[in-house]
Amino acid sequence: MSEYAITMKGITKTFPGVIANDKVDLNVKQKEIHALLGENGAGKSTLMSILFGAYSADSGTILINGEEVEIKNPNVATELGIGMVHQHFKLVQNYTVTENIVLGMEPRRGQILDSKRARADVAALSEQYGLSVDPDARIEDISVGQQQRVEILKTLYRNANIIIFDEPTAVLTPQEIDELIEIITKLKEEGKTIVLITHKLREIKAVADRCTVLRRGKYIGTVEVADVSESELAEMMVGRAVRFEIDKPEQQPGEVVLRLEHVTVKDHLGLEKVTDLSLDVHSGEVVGIAGIDGNGQSELLAAITGLLPLTGGEIYLNEEPIGHLSIRERIEAGLGYTPEDRQRYGLVADFTIAENAVLKNYYHNRYTGSFGILNEEAMHEEASALIEQFDIRAGEGSHTKAGSLSGGNQQKVIVAREISLEPKVLIVAQPTRGLDVGAIEYIRRRIIAERSRGQAILLVSFELDEIMNLCDRIATISKGTIVAVNRSEEVTERDIGMMMAGSQLKESV
Amino acid sequence: MKKKTPFLQSDGAVSVLVVLLGFLVGTILVALVGKNPLNMYKAILQALSGYNIDNGRMNVRYIGETLNYSVPFILCGLSMGFANRVGLFNIGGEGQYIMGMTVAQIIALLGPQIPVLHWLLALLGAMVIGAIWGGVVGILKAKYEVSEVVSTIMLNYVALYLSRIICLQLPGATTYKTANYPETALIGNEFFQRITKNSLLNNGIFFMILAVLAFWFIMEKTSLGYGMRATGFNKDAARASGIPVVKSISISMAISGVFAGLAGGIIALGSFKYGRVIAGMDNYGFDGIAVALVGNSTAFGTTIAGLLFGLLKNAQALMQAKQIPKEITFIIQGLIVIFIALRSALKLYQEYVDKRRLQKEVGL
Repeated sequence: MSEYAITMKGITKTFPGVIANDKVDLNVKQKEIHALLGENGAGKSTLMSILFGAYSADSGTILINGEEVEIKNPNVATELGIGMVHQHFKLVQNYTVTENIVLGMEPRRGQILDSKRARADVAALSEQYGLSVDPDARIEDISVGQQQRVEILKTLYRNANIIIFDEPTAVLTPQEIDELIEIITKLKEEGKTIVLITHKLREIKAVADRCTVLRRGKYIGTVEVADVSESELAEMMVGRAVRFEIDKPEQQPGEVVLRLEHVTVKDHLGLEKVTDLSLDVHSGEVVGIAGIDGNGQSELLAAITGLLPLTGGEIYLNEEPIGHLSIRERIEAGLGYTPEDRQRYGLVADFTIAENAVLKNYYHNRYTGSFGILNEEAMHEEASALIEQFDIRAGEGSHTKAGSLSGGNQQKVIVAREISLEPKVLIVAQPTRGLDVGAIEYIRRRIIAERSRGQAILLVSFELDEIMNLCDRIATISKGTIVAVNRSEEVTERDIGMMMAGSQLKESV
Repeated sequence: MKKKTPFLQSDGAVSVLVVLLGFLVGTILVALVGKNPLNMYKAILQALSGYNIDNGRMNVRYIGETLNYSVPFILCGLSMGFANRVGLFNIGGEGQYIMGMTVAQIIALLGPQIPVLHWLLALLGAMVIGAIWGGVVGILKAKYEVSEVVSTIMLNYVALYLSRIICLQLPGATTYKTANYPETALIGNEFFQRITKNSLLNNGIFFMILAVLAFWFIMEKTSLGYGMRATGFNKDAARASGIPVVKSISISMAISGVFAGLAGGIIALGSFKYGRVIAGMDNYGFDGIAVALVGNSTAFGTTIAGLLFGLLKNAQALMQAKQIPKEITFIIQGLIVIFIALRSALKLYQEYVDKRRLQKEVGL
């Protein structure tokens, strides 16, 4: 058998106007864990889609176990023993674990599904690889981590020897990530070859043997993970030195600015998503809300900003109740907000940067003169100042349509607008989701700079390292209530992870 | 990251291309039924310039009529376009038009017979009822999420039969017309009549020009229009940014109704000397949808598109005189709308292709 399980040579793939892969090489040894590292849009997914038969490359060759192959579609990939665990699971929600795993390759007796054999096969597989999961449970009833195991079992059931994991940890809690790392290690011991698509350096250090780095569609290099540090990997990925840890000067928080008192919120369907939640945010401090997606964070923010009505409790801004004001009145009272879904709630894509820059205060005297006439000059002036100050990269300056900006620059436009409004409290939801490393670094720095100015900041993020790095205090939310509020230096990621999963722990504030 | 849209992909250029394409197919159709397409263009040229190529005579009346026919098309196009810019689909232009016509007729027959003031009052009444007829839809939509498409269609019929009931009560009403208006209610313009050899061109055109300017000014230059455009492009972002979305939607439907109501008033006082007891719709409100589509819902574009529709309408009689079936103009209008719709279909197709590509990317 060849030394390499996968060899991809000179793979080039272009889409209209974009070179997704430019003569990329990938060599994965038998029975190794090989990480594929790169920023969003670096071409990782395209390369793996070519390997999995979803795309055909414009040029280049693929060898599996030393033999040249042509992978026309995913079925061919499956026959070659290649399996893929997708980031977004492809499971039938109301089927059982067993039914999902055998779907499409059901063991039959005559024309009838042999459910006994299917169940026994699945049980044997999960035993062999240590993937404990109840074969009779329905998908909708099991956790995300367990659903991922079902996806892994699906590939194993199809006799995959090469398993591709696409950003497998994006949806998991820290505990589940630890378990996944154990599973991947176990798979390797059982003789499988693993390709791990990720942009999380820590996971690569924890589990991978070798790592191939892509940047903007180009092959940068392949390294032995043991020989390089995280920051060296980051530098290969971004092309320059990057600092992830943001220096956060010690400072004494001031008065309470935002106070949530027994807040209760129902979502659009009338389900109670936030129950009796109380929390303070002081000036000059960043308070983080840590939690798994869907535990009431979105509804809580919607209630604070006025997008959803309060069903109970009150919200105070500088001790004035704002819980029943209109959205505009809350903005006027000093509520700044950079929303999680920035394209839906943060920007008007068809508006220029100038128009977006004044979205919340266009009616002020500065921008609206007599007879309600807009002062476009003032709008463009303001936008140009923000472009300069926040380093927004826009081809046509303040006349650029927001929709044509990159994700990072769109986020900068929103952050610039909110900061320029000089709010009393700034609510920041998932500020770095989907951004590239450079933009992440910039946005995080900016948040800390605002904190140094004495701004009160409430941060919601699903990225634990972001919460740990930026926040003074961390409020962990689970099922719509705050489990505990801790000073960030007094807890570990592991503690927070436990609480996110719902277990009570110590409270340090 | 410079990203300029190429000229050929700009909305204006597409509209021009679509109109040319409509004419091209129309020409082929005329040839297919065995007539000379040149005659069609002669008729259109005559409607546009008053110049008759065949006998070399000039008759400026045709220019006046083309302009006059364009007035309701443009106003109803503005009505549709204004709502469209705020993200609404106002199919109710017809009902707002009918109510405007009805109220103008009432005031014309019963109002104070003071020169100028009389017809001004009648047109004002037409605009006010249009604003109410449209504004109600806006409030229902904004406050109770009643689909404006459904409510405007239903209100069109309410308007039609309400108009008939009311007009039957007017002085001298028979089943199809009322008594003649007093002189003071007419909006005819002697100067226009003199220079255009007695065409029906009337004072209504001044109101139309004011309406076009008002559309442009409100939509592009004021903060009210800014809020409306934001609402039209992205309602969620507008709401989250504190823009009063409910107000934007209600006001825009009311303004939309003003345009259509005004069209009704101008037709009632300018094209007839008596009130009509209508049994069917005039369809200007519906034609306005096509006009706004071709004009990309902008003030300028809608004006050009409305002039085109007015031109085609005026050319109909001339075509018939040259043995070209006048229905060809409806076919051309229809083709233009279909081609415009195809552009949206192309956009949908592109989105579908993109989606398939993404699905493939994740291995579906």
